Amino acid sequence: MILNALIVMSIFLGLLFFFCLYRAYIGPEAADRVVSINIISTKVTVMIALISIITGQDAFMDVALIYAMMGFITTICVSKYIEKGKLF
Amino acid sequence: MIKAIIILTLLISSSFFFLVGTIGLIRMPDAFCRMHATTKSDTLGAGLALLALVIYRGFDVISIKLLIILLFVWITTPTAAHIMAKAAYNQKKIVKGGNQ
Repeated sequence: MILNALIVMSIFLGLLFFFCLYRAYIGPEAADRVVSINIISTKVTVMIALISIITGQDAFMDVALIYAMMGFITTICVSKYIEKGKLF
Repeated sequence: MIKAIIILTLLISSSFFFLVGTIGLIRMPDAFCRMHATTKSDTLGAGLALLALVIYRGFDVISIKLLIILLFVWITTPTAAHIMAKAAYNQKKIVKGGNQ
């Protein structure tokens, strides 16, 4: 029963990705697109953790940890590029 | 049975907060309002979902990794929101100064 609930939650998160991608497509400024990509990164982290528990593959949890770090670094770099016009 | 009820409650609350954040991302009028809507609900949604997985798994190495992911998300999401808000504000100010 719990396993079915986890599968339904991952399908629900997969549906929510499309609405975030809609905002990333029509966003009038660059900041809206950065917000949308940051939200998608957090959702993908949760979804990888759910899939790791569902399939029983324990190695996927490291993928979730690395994906959380990659999403944070992406947000920081794109925000600095928007603010200053250059990275460093 | 008690464990299943607790896990289902946490998962439903997490889905609710993710849905609220996405509706805020679609419906809010400004970039700052969108940040306000998404960041808090996203932090709470990820926290409740990972907490449900920790309770489902029990005390384990995987459970400790889940807690590390949870701590990392709770630290980095407000930091990223702060930096995004600063970038949006400074970009808007530069554009206004250029027009005047």
